[in-house]
Amino acid sequence: MNEERKLIVSSSPHIRTPRGTQAIMLDVIIALMPALVAAVIFFGVKALVVTAVSVVSCVVFEFGYRKLMKKPDSCKDLSAVVTGLLLAYCLPYTFPWWAVVIGAFFSIVLVKQLYGGIGKNIWNPALAGRAFLLISYAVLMTTWSDGPDAATFATPLASLHAGQLVPGGMNALWDMFIGNIGGSFGEVSALALLLGGAWLVYRKVISLRIPVFYVGTVAVLTLIFSRGNNHILWMLQNVLSGGLLLGAIFMATDYCTSPVTPKGQMIFGVGCGLLTVLIRYFGGYPEGVSFAILIMNCCTWLIDQHTAPRRFGVVGKKSKKEDAKA
Amino acid sequence: MLFKSHGGVHPNDMKAPANEAEISTIPQPPQVVIPMSQHIGAPCTPLVAVGDEVKLGQKIGEAKAPVSAPIHASVSGKVVAIEPHLNNLGNMVTSVVIENDFKDTPAETMVPASAEALESPEQIADIVREAGIVGMGGATFPTAFKITSGWGKVDTVIINGAECEPYINSDYRTMVEHPDDLLKGIQLIMKACKVDKAYFGIELNKKFAIDLLNIKGGAKAMGIEIVPLKCQYPQGAEKTLIKTVTGREVPPGGLPASVGCSVFNAFTAYSVYKACYEGWPAIERVVTVAGSAIAEPKNVKVRVGTPMQWVFEQTGGFAKEPWKIIMGGPMMGMAQYDLEVPCGKGTASLLAFAADEDKTVENPVCIRCGQCIDACPMNLQPIFMYMYEEKDDVEMLQKLNIMDCVECGSCSYICPGRLHLTHAFKTGKAKVQAYQAALKAKEEAEKAKAEAAAGEAPAEEKKEEK
Repeated sequence: MNEERKLIVSSSPHIRTPRGTQAIMLDVIIALMPALVAAVIFFGVKALVVTAVSVVSCVVFEFGYRKLMKKPDSCKDLSAVVTGLLLAYCLPYTFPWWAVVIGAFFSIVLVKQLYGGIGKNIWNPALAGRAFLLISYAVLMTTWSDGPDAATFATPLASLHAGQLVPGGMNALWDMFIGNIGGSFGEVSALALLLGGAWLVYRKVISLRIPVFYVGTVAVLTLIFSRGNNHILWMLQNVLSGGLLLGAIFMATDYCTSPVTPKGQMIFGVGCGLLTVLIRYFGGYPEGVSFAILIMNCCTWLIDQHTAPRRFGVVGKKSKKEDAKA
Repeated sequence: MLFKSHGGVHPNDMKAPANEAEISTIPQPPQVVIPMSQHIGAPCTPLVAVGDEVKLGQKIGEAKAPVSAPIHASVSGKVVAIEPHLNNLGNMVTSVVIENDFKDTPAETMVPASAEALESPEQIADIVREAGIVGMGGATFPTAFKITSGWGKVDTVIINGAECEPYINSDYRTMVEHPDDLLKGIQLIMKACKVDKAYFGIELNKKFAIDLLNIKGGAKAMGIEIVPLKCQYPQGAEKTLIKTVTGREVPPGGLPASVGCSVFNAFTAYSVYKACYEGWPAIERVVTVAGSAIAEPKNVKVRVGTPMQWVFEQTGGFAKEPWKIIMGGPMMGMAQYDLEVPCGKGTASLLAFAADEDKTVENPVCIRCGQCIDACPMNLQPIFMYMYEEKDDVEMLQKLNIMDCVECGSCSYICPGRLHLTHAFKTGKAKVQAYQAALKAKEEAEKAKAEAAAGEAPAEEKKEEK
């Protein structure tokens, strides 16, 4: 009996969490669904088409590149699907399909796979893809409507960038909260994004550190340096407009491109908030979220190196000296 | 969460259904294989020869070194061989093989200690040493040495009843079925350590035991404070437990005694009771037999030296084809490939898993989620340690304090990319040790060379003088 039995011998531990990479990515996809529903409600089926094109092309590029380079397939981890969704969410619903494919190629092949694939890239693929499209197709990227009422669809960000409160007072604020405004179709509904964020926190996919410090920094800065006479309204409109919540909840928390240390994540969040406000106030573009996160992505390694957790058993200043000696 | 306290993971504790199973006895095996090294420290030399008749509890192995523990016959019968046998760590160790005569004829030494002996710390420590008691949680550090080396330094005794590893119930069942004996054992340890206060840490999934020891056992009146612990692995790791119970942090590379603490496993305390009040040396241990391949999870009394195969056969065998068999807990236990390996003093559980537990992947990939950093109870950064271990960068490994790693397995458990983190750190620590040894050897060689040169120089001078 003993001779024929084959037993595995490996190093401990012998049990593993049921939650692998795929399960985590699936949770992110689930968390992104409310925003898609909101997009379809406010922009119609076209938003769904843009999303589908983006997701399919991201997965195809991921599969094709790994196949071509004879690397093990990585489509099963679902990270390409997440990138596809996030890239689409940063686009106007009127965006042409061929440009979506170009954006997906840039995101997956140039930003993600050329650096070694999941876990190795420096910049968030979806955001880098968006930045690329914004530079290459500026007009298409800022056309918020295909109808004759384009003028009424000026985004809240445009008026904030001009230093003016979004007209409409509390009603406008409510529209901004539920997503009845112009903008990239995945970013408009704060409600849907917050629901998704709650799911991610509940499932322990992300910690609150980055989103809270990011949004908190923006809130504090816009409250202190408020333009217009209603400081609170100015702050709330800044928090609810543009890609801030989408960025803070889904993009800045991207595992691969944000710090891994708890302290580092807080610093990262503050940095993103600071840059976002600087760009919104003084930059040429009305929106600063994507560039703020991309710039902070560059600092991730640096932040990680300087925010190591305190060594267990070493307390106080005296021990720091001992550490240095060691 | 926002300011989450650091470290730990929450695996499903899998205590049911064995936590409801009373400790039972299984028939003794026809033959026991008793390894001469079942503890940290010097291995024992056999005191018997092939052909000798031995009695139950008779001392059959001893070492003269201070850090060691004698070994006793776990059955009565005849020594049929003294030869190397595979042990649970995968090493061949000299073992005494005894053919069981099934009579359990007790040795003359198996008598309870006198009442006055139990009043003296020195004498209790002697009894504990003679009984071969070691850390029964699996660390197997000789208990008597822990007691005596702590004199003058230790002000707090902590009893570890966390039993934070999934599946294991042997300590829990002991608490529930022998609460008074256990508390008496703790009192003896307190006396031996010359302190009058002990904390008994028990995880909250053992609420029944907490209440039982408090209410029926009257722990408080005996100076024993039961500390309910949050269920979180590795709550029972020595340094973590000390931190949770007293707030003190054992410095890197330090021993618990350096912060005035001494930690004993709950079953160790029970073994101390057995040795002092009943004269039983460490020859029997409660073992939880569980896992997805096991037909019926149980807690059984197992004599030291019983082959695993026998225990599995006598507890109902396998329901599914086992894929992995582990001696010890699922987080830190050792996977076994030969079922003839005997159970030792520190064997708290035997687990058999079916192949559906396999979560390894062909291409483990780090997705930089940072959960390993959140999970590490020692505040290390497994993600970076892994990178440098792969690159053999010993200096960076030292900078990242890899030697602080307690190999608890939390990082590997939580890793969604299924990286073999803990394994990498075990090899990484070995690399650092080898590097440090080489550095020291080189320094010594240079020093010797310099001394030799210095020695030659005066000699030459003398020659010139002549």
